[in-house]
Amino acid sequence: MTEDEVVAELESGMTIGIGGWGSRRKPMSLVRAIARSDLIDLTIVAYGGPDIGLLCATGKARKVVYGFVSLDSIPLEPHFRVARQTAAVDFAEFDEGAFYLGLLAAAHRVPFYPTRAGLGSDMLTMNPDLRTVASPYPDADGHHEELVAIPAFDIDVSLVHMNRADAGGNGQFLGPDLYFDDLFAKAAKRTFMSCEKVVPTGQLLDEGTFHTLKIPRLFVDGVVEAPRGAHFTECPPDYGRDEAFQREYAATAKDPEAWAAFRECYVDAPGHEAYLAAVDAREGSSS
Amino acid sequence: MSDPATIDEVCAVAMAEAFRGDGEILCNPIGTTPIIGGRLARATFEPDMVMTDAVSVLAANILPVGDDEAPRLVEAWMPYRDVFDIVWSGRRHVVMGASQIDAHGNQNLAAIGDWRQPRAQLLGLRGAPGNLVNHATSYWVPNHSTRSFVPTVDVVSGPGYDRVAGLSRFIRDNHAIRRVVSNLGVFDFANDEQRMQLVSVHPGVTVDEVVDATGFELVVPDEVAESRQPTDEELRLIREVIDPHGLRKAEFR
Repeated sequence: MTEDEVVAELESGMTIGIGGWGSRRKPMSLVRAIARSDLIDLTIVAYGGPDIGLLCATGKARKVVYGFVSLDSIPLEPHFRVARQTAAVDFAEFDEGAFYLGLLAAAHRVPFYPTRAGLGSDMLTMNPDLRTVASPYPDADGHHEELVAIPAFDIDVSLVHMNRADAGGNGQFLGPDLYFDDLFAKAAKRTFMSCEKVVPTGQLLDEGTFHTLKIPRLFVDGVVEAPRGAHFTECPPDYGRDEAFQREYAATAKDPEAWAAFRECYVDAPGHEAYLAAVDAREGSSS
Repeated sequence: MSDPATIDEVCAVAMAEAFRGDGEILCNPIGTTPIIGGRLARATFEPDMVMTDAVSVLAANILPVGDDEAPRLVEAWMPYRDVFDIVWSGRRHVVMGASQIDAHGNQNLAAIGDWRQPRAQLLGLRGAPGNLVNHATSYWVPNHSTRSFVPTVDVVSGPGYDRVAGLSRFIRDNHAIRRVVSNLGVFDFANDEQRMQLVSVHPGVTVDEVVDATGFELVVPDEVAESRQPTDEELRLIREVIDPHGLRKAEFR
């Protein structure tokens, strides 16, 4: 598939889950394809990075659901900061571990998973729809402990980026952390996977052990080959984060003219190849 | 004899002392001074603690702070998902920052102003809500002032003692704010009211200065010690092994 063919499968108002973590192995070619589409009113569910920042800044997100939104080397995603400080988007902020349970509940098709995370903090204040549930089992003192019921995240489509995949959608991560990409795939009704390189199934074990094959094609509905598809986020061992480019992106949050130029040059570049050409043509680009 | 300890080194040692007695748990400091403190504690009096390389493994060797290239003596794979399992197991002591903290230890890392449309969006709740109800927590506040030590925090990321007093026995048994270290002194909650009290002032700092820089009524014992000086061995470890490039200085400019 191409990025635009994936976007053609999406509809305004959908809830989109995005894999990766912060500014790490984000399916950026798919995110940009959404950003230049005519989709609106999306709900984005992610351990957020520039995916959430870009979809807020381009007006695609109506609501964001997240455990955090960070660029890692820049602790707070600056476009997300603007969106929050101008109340441009609705939001649901979860404790990072509680967010995991929302994915897990969706993947397991149960309505919620219980946790203590959130009790005593303002996570419950900030999410007035969150409910608690009493344990049906008494503790040693005979009390039925009150727990937070983290609801299953109702995700229509998930997007993840892998190092390798075969054409059938068996995905492979070769870096140090899968993050929660397998759960995003299992939690969603449909999942599209971009990857650095599509390889024949028989070559999936050439670069990693079978422990790296954590997303079977059962949970994947389409594959996009997108070399450097996670740029400017990191995608080890294929490439690290493009810190200079990330700084340039981050700086545009404070400068509407710079953002307009950035958007025209990179976000609105007509396709991933055009984007990479624009990136490589940057002054001072080393790649 | 080493050159005399500077304030950043006193703070690193005060942070290390937060881990004394922890034994075989995940020592998980966040931020430069806390990381130096944690690595120092493990290199000296808490050798059984495990620590991440700040990426994805538990490393058994003492790594220089901020050095992504240093060889790791890997003892386990620790992707993010497994960190949550450790949080929920209770076998962890985290050190977080606090943009605001109050007398009960309520921490705000999330936002300044109304959380619906904050005047300043901060890092967010992050893992604080889950951390505080599962395992020990300490705080590092490098800019002690009435803006950071406040009567009431704008958003509670990590709940303090007043907030957990009415919660389950499990939570009350597992919630512990071991210490707060600032650039002025060391604080804990070891009194009947579980209110923040001054444990020690750093060398050159007076009790009055700490009280004036604190926006709530601090519990001040009759006798306040001076924060202890690093030993020569601790200074050697900080300066030569753990932070050879002096990254710790950046938080004190």
